[in-house]
Parts: sequence; C-alpha cells; structure tokens
Amino acid sequence: MRYLSEYRDPEVARSLVHQIRDTATRRWVMMEVCGGQTHTIVKQGLGELLGDAVEMIHGPGCPVCVTPLEQIDKALALAARPDVIFASFGDMLRVPGSDCDLQQVRARGGAVRVVYSPLDALALAQGNPDKEVVFFAVGFETTAPANAMAVWRARELGVPNFSVLVSHVTVPPAMRAILDAPDNRVQAFLAAGHVCTVMGWTEYEPIAAEYRVPIVVTGFEPIDILEGIHFAVRQLEDGRHEVENQYVRAVTRAGTVPARSLVEQVFRLADRKWRGIGEIPGSGLVLRDEFAAFDAEAKFGLGDVTVEEPAECRAGDVLRGRLKPHQCPAFGSRCTPEHPLGAPMVSSEGACAAYYNYGRFREMEVVGRGS
Amino acid sequence: MTLATSGLTCPAPIGSNDRVQLGHGSGGKLSAALLRDHFLPRLGNPILDQLGDAAVLSLPTGEIAVSTDTFVVRPLEFPGGNIGALAVHGTVNDLAMMGAEPRYLTLGVVLEEGLPFEVLDRVLAALAEAAAGAGVAIVAGDTKVVERGRADGMYINTTGVGLLHPVVRPAAHRAAPGDAVLVSGAIGRHGMAVMALREGLEFETTITSDTACLWPLVRGLRDAVGPELRVLRDPTRGGLASALNEIAAASRVGIALDEAALPVPTDVGAACEMLGLDPLYVANEGVLVAMVPATLADAALAALQAHPLGAGSRRIGTVVSQHPGMVVLRTALGGTRVVDLLPGDQLPRIC
Repeated sequence: MRYLSEYRDPEVARSLVHQIRDTATRRWVMMEVCGGQTHTIVKQGLGELLGDAVEMIHGPGCPVCVTPLEQIDKALALAARPDVIFASFGDMLRVPGSDCDLQQVRARGGAVRVVYSPLDALALAQGNPDKEVVFFAVGFETTAPANAMAVWRARELGVPNFSVLVSHVTVPPAMRAILDAPDNRVQAFLAAGHVCTVMGWTEYEPIAAEYRVPIVVTGFEPIDILEGIHFAVRQLEDGRHEVENQYVRAVTRAGTVPARSLVEQVFRLADRKWRGIGEIPGSGLVLRDEFAAFDAEAKFGLGDVTVEEPAECRAGDVLRGRLKPHQCPAFGSRCTPEHPLGAPMVSSEGACAAYYNYGRFREMEVVGRGS
Repeated sequence: MTLATSGLTCPAPIGSNDRVQLGHGSGGKLSAALLRDHFLPRLGNPILDQLGDAAVLSLPTGEIAVSTDTFVVRPLEFPGGNIGALAVHGTVNDLAMMGAEPRYLTLGVVLEEGLPFEVLDRVLAALAEAAAGAGVAIVAGDTKVVERGRADGMYINTTGVGLLHPVVRPAAHRAAPGDAVLVSGAIGRHGMAVMALREGLEFETTITSDTACLWPLVRGLRDAVGPELRVLRDPTRGGLASALNEIAAASRVGIALDEAALPVPTDVGAACEMLGLDPLYVANEGVLVAMVPATLADAALAALQAHPLGAGSRRIGTVVSQHPGMVVLRTALGGTRVVDLLPGDQLPRIC
C-alpha cells in the first residue's frame, strides 16, 4: 500500500516517540486542529505512547462537531420537505438537531442521500429535474473547493433545481479565538495538512509571529503526526515560533492556487457561529451575491433562526481545550454516542466520542490494578 | 404464438414475457409455470418434487439446530456472488457456527413485479450451486410477487435445519481467558464489494465478495479440536468488531487483538481508507472466528489451513480476564484503543 504503509511503520514511530521524549524537558501542551488528526491519534493510541512529554488537546477541527445547531435544524427542515432530495456527507446524518437527526427524517420519509462528492449531488439534481436537490455544504477549507466547484458547475450548466445549504468555516480565525481566550493552555499547533494543501500557510505566519506560537503544518498518518509533534517540541524547546511544514508531500506555501481562486470567486468571508463556541468574526464562508440563486437559505426562505443549545452540554469548553470530555458532568451518563447531547459525542472524530471509549478502558485498568 | 388451451391468438402472449408479472404470484397457471420453468429444474430433489403442503423429513436421533435469515442485499448481483449464493451461505453458516451439520433449507422468495427472468435464473443457479456445495437440499419453498416499487427486485428468506454434534457445542458464552482467537481468512471483502458497487466507486482492482459455505472449515475444526472448540462466529453484519464484542459480553471476558495480525487485504484496506471506514466493522460472508484453548491453537489452525477457504487463517488475539465485555486492540504502533460496538451504521467520514 504505497503512501500508506511507510507512514505507519512501527519502527519509525518508536524512533520518533523516543526523539520527542528525549527533546522535551517539560510537558508541553499542543492542539491538533483537525478532526482527522484526532482520529489518527485516538485510533493508533498515540497519546499513550507520548506519555508525559506532550499533552494533546483535540481542537475544533471536526466539521461535524462545529456545524451550528441552527444550520442542522435548517437541514432537517429542508430534508423533511416532500419536494426536496437532501444530499449530505455521511457523518452529518447522526448529528442531533433540536429534536431529531437526518437519519430520523429519512426514516419518516424524507429523501436523504449520502454522497461522497458535491458533484454527485449536482448529478442527482440533473437526474431529478422535478425535485429540488439541496447539498449540505459543510466543512473547512478542505471541502470548500469541491463545494465551490459544484455551485460553479450548476451555474455553468444551468441546473436551477440545485442549491447548497452552506455552513463553511475557516481555521485561522478559530486559532485566534483559542489563543485570545484568557485561560488558553495551547502552546503550539499542529495545523491541518489538508486545509493547508488548499490554502498554503501564509495565513498562519502572522498568527505565529503575533502570539509567539509554533505552528507545524502536519499530515494525517501516524508518522506525520509524530513528526509534526517532534517539530513543535523542538521549536518550543528552542524558543522559536515559526510556521514549519511537516506535510511536504502535499503542501506548499502558496497552496493550490486554482482551488483557492475558485473558492474566492464563489464564496466570501462572513461571521459564523460555531457549535459550542459561539460566533467567531470572519470565520465562515457564504455564497457571493452572484451565486445567490444556489443559496438554499434564500431559495427556501429559511431566514434567521436562533436555537439555544442544551445547557448541559459543555462542548464549547471541550472544543476550546478547557475541559477534558470525561470531566463533563453529563459525560457517559446523560451523553453517550447512542444519545449524544452535543456534536463531539457524535462523530468518531469528536473528542467526547473518542474519550468515551478510551476513558472507559483507562478507568477499568485503574480499577483492575487496585483490586 | 397460439395458445393451445384456447386457440385464440394473443398479441402479447402469456409465457413469452421476459419479466416477472403480478400474475406469477396468483396461484394460477403462471405460478405453476414459474415453479416448473425456473425453480424446480434447478432446485428439485425427491423431497421438494412432492410439492406437498409441507416437506416430510426423516432425521437421525439427536438434537437439531434451526436457523432463519432474510436477505435483502442491494444490488442483487455483485462481484463474487449474488443474493442466491448469499441466502444459502448465510443460513448454512449460522447452523455451522453452532457446530451443526447443515442438511435442509426452506426457501421463501418475494419477487418484485418486473424482475427480469434472466436475473432470477442467475440467482437460482447460484442458489442451487451453493446448496449443492453445502450439501443441503431445498425441501420446501414459497414464492410471492409484489407490485413494482414494493421490493428491491427480490427478497429471500431461508430457514435451515442442521444436525447438532452430541458433544461439540460452540457458543458465544464459552470463551475463557487464555483462549486463542483465530480468524479463517481475509476480512472486509463482502461489505466493500457491495459498497463499491452500490456507490459506483471504481478502484483499480475489483473487490470480490467472500461469500462461501463455512461448514467444511467447521467440520475440520470439530474433528481437530473436539469439545474444546469453545466459540464459533461468522462476523457478518457489523464485521469482526461487532462479533467479538458480542462474544466478550456473553462470556464476560475481555478480548485483546493484535492489529498487526489482522488480515486486511490491500484493496479492502485502500477502499476503506478512501471512504473513511474501518474494515473491522465491514461485513464478511465467508469468514469465521474461532476461540480454542491456546494449547489447541496450532491444531485448530492446521485444520483450517487444510481447506482452501482457510488458507489465510491466523491467530489475531487472545481472550483475557481484564476489561470484561470489552475488545481492546493493540495498534501496530504499540498504542491501544477500544474497539466498541457502533451506535448505528458505519458512516463515511468527511475528512
């Protein structure tokens, strides 16, 4: 399996873990921004390997987790309409809205389809001219070019029954929000490799300089992540605060220029609410006026909806790294993957879902040793 | 064409249609033709050919195992098999996992109006071949036809009868700390073959379903291991992870898996990576998990490997007394993670 097995080599991993432990003179706290990286860390048990050298805080980079409740409720309302086929990436289906999720809407007769690409949703619209096809355009800068392309193509081909419910977010403003918080503990970031594949890293240079924080553009395989952590620890020990690129096989400083330019032509920056965190200025992407015909919110008159999140859910504190998931009073009792109160318990990338499994095992180990 | 019964000429004569019609479920002449032309030539045997209201079976003394399963796979045909082969293997394997020798099957078929007969014939041919391979006879059957749109082409139910062994009685609650966990071959093939087809995904190679009758493997294990053949499971829906979780819960033991030992084929692994799925949760239709005392592990593996279906068998873990009810994987990198039951379907991830 080329490009996979070499980045999962146990020998290389062990050597990197030794280097990290040898380099660190104290316990450093760093945040991996992207949910894909969280997934690898949990799936491979990397936190355990790092021991006391590094504490990883799982960042808000899971698009499933941060999509605001309002947008989920709008998605549910659209999906329930008899004239709509609602297309979405798979893991949005279980995200709880105010009173149900997309899977339940489907069970009640809503036409909800899982697609792997927004262009598949566009094809769905072309194949069902008597229906309105709405695609749930969520995600970070990684999914933005493909979503922009679908809208662009829809205009080019003249597909009037296609629209997108946009809930795009961007990484740099979220990093600033985390660093600006008075009780911030994050000392270094692993930036999301796929976001930077599109965007490059110029946006991160002012953040590194202003906040004096090392930022390492990092890939998603175990070796990538360990190497990224090693780079960050080296910077922290040296007192440097640079943007460094670990993911050299995919990322350049300028990013993928045609993709960036397409995103800029279709979307513009706007304020965006993040689930569990609240509004972050300039952190969202919305359709430009030229593409308003493809904006599902305008097309279906969804307007401004404000929904209160369950007061008991402390997702915001978890996503900011203030609270470990298992420290939340609802964790594992009133909030489980089967009955999630908040989004981080839904996605396998979500910090709470990850801790739910891992934490249960750890607790049992402790009990086992004590008895 | 002239109908012999009436002498009238019909522009769209009955019987020349190439698709299933509602009339094929009427109980009349079309129903009889459906059985005569499509089912009986392929599935007939002295018991079925009686066409009585019920099959009459003579069984040796002892206990029997009975299992039923319904098959609703979409698409009906996929690389490596079709719903017919699956309907035999699924039920026969359930019997085999009890250590029972499969002997008889009943067959209930719901056909959707408009199903092409060529598809039905291919399904029945595969079903007949699978039944012959498994050494089971189809002894009773039923067909129904529903209106177009009320079924995905066809649904099949099979009920199987098998002869239990007097002393070899594998069961999910019998796993004991120290037992070796064995798997008979590569995992994830059936689920990924179906998913690749369903989602229109094209890979460089075609992943084929592993659908197969597991009875020969079980017979080998039964002879080699005897009553200490503690647990057998075929990890179908929910994959290996779900089967192991059920066993851990039923036996109140922990299961420790070694990721490096898991037989994930390269193409299945690559397809799962692309879709954000975990092969541990992907369905299999021709793989079994066995748990035997560690001292008998080599004998069990030799028995599995003696059959082509078990050539890729290997030990993937150990039953432990720690973390009862929980399956814990030692990752290739040396970390650990819990392999839990999924709350629902495995959903492809965004990133």
